Amino acid sequence: MTDLGILAEIATSVMIVLGAGFALVGSWGLVRLPTLMERLHGPTKATTLGLGGMLVGSVLFFQLDQGKWSAHELLISLFLFITAPIAANMIAKVHLHRLRAREANEAESAAGIPPAPPGDADWATFEAPRDGTPVTTSEG
Amino acid sequence: MIGYAVIFGFACLALALALNLWRLLKGPSVGDRIAALDTMVINAIAVIVLIGIAKANDTYFEAALLLAMVGFVGTVAYCKFMLRGDIVE
Repeated sequence: MTDLGILAEIATSVMIVLGAGFALVGSWGLVRLPTLMERLHGPTKATTLGLGGMLVGSVLFFQLDQGKWSAHELLISLFLFITAPIAANMIAKVHLHRLRAREANEAESAAGIPPAPPGDADWATFEAPRDGTPVTTSEG
Repeated sequence: MIGYAVIFGFACLALALALNLWRLLKGPSVGDRIAALDTMVINAIAVIVLIGIAKANDTYFEAALLLAMVGFVGTVAYCKFMLRGDIVE
């Protein structure tokens, strides 16, 4: 085996191990942290980074070990890095909405409810629409 | 060496999926369960990628890409249902 082969194996293994470790840390945070707003940090940051590392390891494996170039993995990476913040934002909106509706049976996060936005604006999850905005588009 | 790394990765991901399942069953709120399901989908994508490396077969990545898209749509659908009581308004 050439030196390049050993280096390629080391690089691929390090990326796989780092990725799996970050994925485990993200899930551990999901279990361990006290409230939902804190729990969201684990999956959105650590798990996404872990999957990104594993995909880089996969690119290295197919490029250096198997000798075929494939870019699907970078596509998955890009897609996940775009969608993970959106999914986390939606979950946080669900949490705010249920706190406002007094349906959530859990403690507020350590930082409390986020402050109201400036002006007469309100968080997008809350009921009362601003002037001229229909409540739902299905009724209009 | 890659073989050992893949085995370590499978062990980590199995433990991560078990932790997600615990959070999914325990709750306590709906947001926790949605977050747990979202994380489970991401970990399942990682498992599929690892299977692709272990078998040295790049066909698995199409499954991983499809699962990434469907998982995101599922999470947004759950959230929209909780927010508006409806998915497609």
